[in-house]
Amino acid sequence: MWRTATLTQIRRETPRAATFRLAVPHWAGHLPGQHLLLRLTAADGYVAQRHYSIASAPDGSGHIELTLDRVPDGEVSGWFHTVARPGDTVEVRGPLSGFFAWPGDRPALLIGAGSGVVPLMSMIRHHRARGLTVPLRMLVSARSPGELIYASELGAETTPVFTRSAPPGVPVGRMTTAHVAPLLAEPPVGGWEAYVCGSNGFAEHASRLLVAAGQPVDRIRIERFG
Amino acid sequence: MNVTRGFTGRPRVHNPGLPPGQYDARDDWPVLSAEVTPDLAPADWSFRIDGLVERPHTWDWDAAHALPASAYDGDIHCVTGWSKFGVRFGGVSLDAFFHVVRPHGSATHAVARSHTGYTANLPLADLTGGRAWIVWEYDGAPLPPEHGGPARLVVPHLYFWKSAKWIAGITLLDHDEPGFWERNGYHARGNPWEEQRYAGD
Ligand SMILES: Cc1cc2nc3c(=O)[nH]c(=O)nc-3n(C[C@H](O)[C@H](O)[C@H](O)COP(=O)(O)OP(=O)(O)OC[C@H]3O[C@@H](n4cnc5c(N)ncnc54)[C@H](O)[C@@H]3O)c2cc1C
Repeated sequence: MWRTATLTQIRRETPRAATFRLAVPHWAGHLPGQHLLLRLTAADGYVAQRHYSIASAPDGSGHIELTLDRVPDGEVSGWFHTVARPGDTVEVRGPLSGFFAWPGDRPALLIGAGSGVVPLMSMIRHHRARGLTVPLRMLVSARSPGELIYASELGAETTPVFTRSAPPGVPVGRMTTAHVAPLLAEPPVGGWEAYVCGSNGFAEHASRLLVAAGQPVDRIRIERFG
Repeated sequence: MNVTRGFTGRPRVHNPGLPPGQYDARDDWPVLSAEVTPDLAPADWSFRIDGLVERPHTWDWDAAHALPASAYDGDIHCVTGWSKFGVRFGGVSLDAFFHVVRPHGSATHAVARSHTGYTANLPLADLTGGRAWIVWEYDGAPLPPEHGGPARLVVPHLYFWKSAKWIAGITLLDHDEPGFWERNGYHARGNPWEEQRYAGD
């Protein structure tokens, strides 16, 4: 069940977040949006395990990518950000949970904040890699342009929302109805499947905006990072 | 054992109350529901037990509160890894509800359902004998909506996803029928002491 994964590459995304590429022999494959369980083991047998969303699209390459925020005093994210280097091994188990997953079969409205963009990026990458035409839009909240994960990869499907500082001419403030309502005013045929991901506080806020704008509650899927 | 180079981890604490693979979340109480927190007033809440019982019954807020009060004082364990010690939930023991509906001898399993549509399956034996509650108080105050208020199921000896928030009812069956997470790869029973996190554990 547990597989040994070898770190092959580390890429800085923002001052606080980096992407870790792992080679996972016999990886079963995943759906965009799914997560895995990762564990580190100390010499005395002590283990620490955490959940991480998969950032890469399913591509059959035998590699997956994770993007980790550096949490102050974080036991697992701290190891990744200060000790880890290519060649190191960790253990992973998954993919897990089929609920927060998007196979690419229906229009999707993605709303994330901070590292909550990670599983949503897997969906966007999948959409691009497969050349899908089903509508896909993303609203992503970050403190500032410099803290927007995957900034250089985001395209016309994405509207960033900056909460602390923004480029000249771009408003600063939290996500509001004004961001969500226009997308729901002209829904695609069949309506949106909404995927919300981030801290619990953000998930509560964003899901309330969606409900207020008319999105059916049973078509909102939420991944809370705790 | 697959030792991770350079990983030492936090100072080891010996805590016999901590099931394998869990850590003490202390004052944190993470919220992990996959659904929108419903806007459910006590006046709109109801709780029904049906299926393999002699007398199916529905309680409203006042009728449920008229049953003998019972509290759980102890620990809870979430499958994502945190445990929380010394929590206090106030409500009514499920035994008091079962006393009214009288389960059939043929009932072996239960499906708990939420007002949102969420479900969780449990062996009936895990819901009886003073081990499960319907609760509306946390630490002496009304249970907050994001933690399942106005009322939730609490089955503290199993991983907490079994303790359905916004509890609407329990249906007794003569077989096991997977619930929301159980259909998504999670373990049918979820005993934290045996680390039954995912199907096959
Ligand atoms: C489904 C899911 C998907 C996720 N996906 C991602 C993702 O894609 N990217 C990402 O960056 N994160 C993700 N997370 C969050 C991730 O699982 C970890 O919670 C996060 O990386 C922090 O772990 P850590 O070991 O670094 O920090 P921890 O050591 O867990 O610390 C977190 C906080 O708790 C405190 N703490 C925890 N344990 C103790 C202890 N024993 N003693 C004292 N203090 C303690 C710490 O001081 C700190 O403030 C996800 C979570 C879930 C549930």
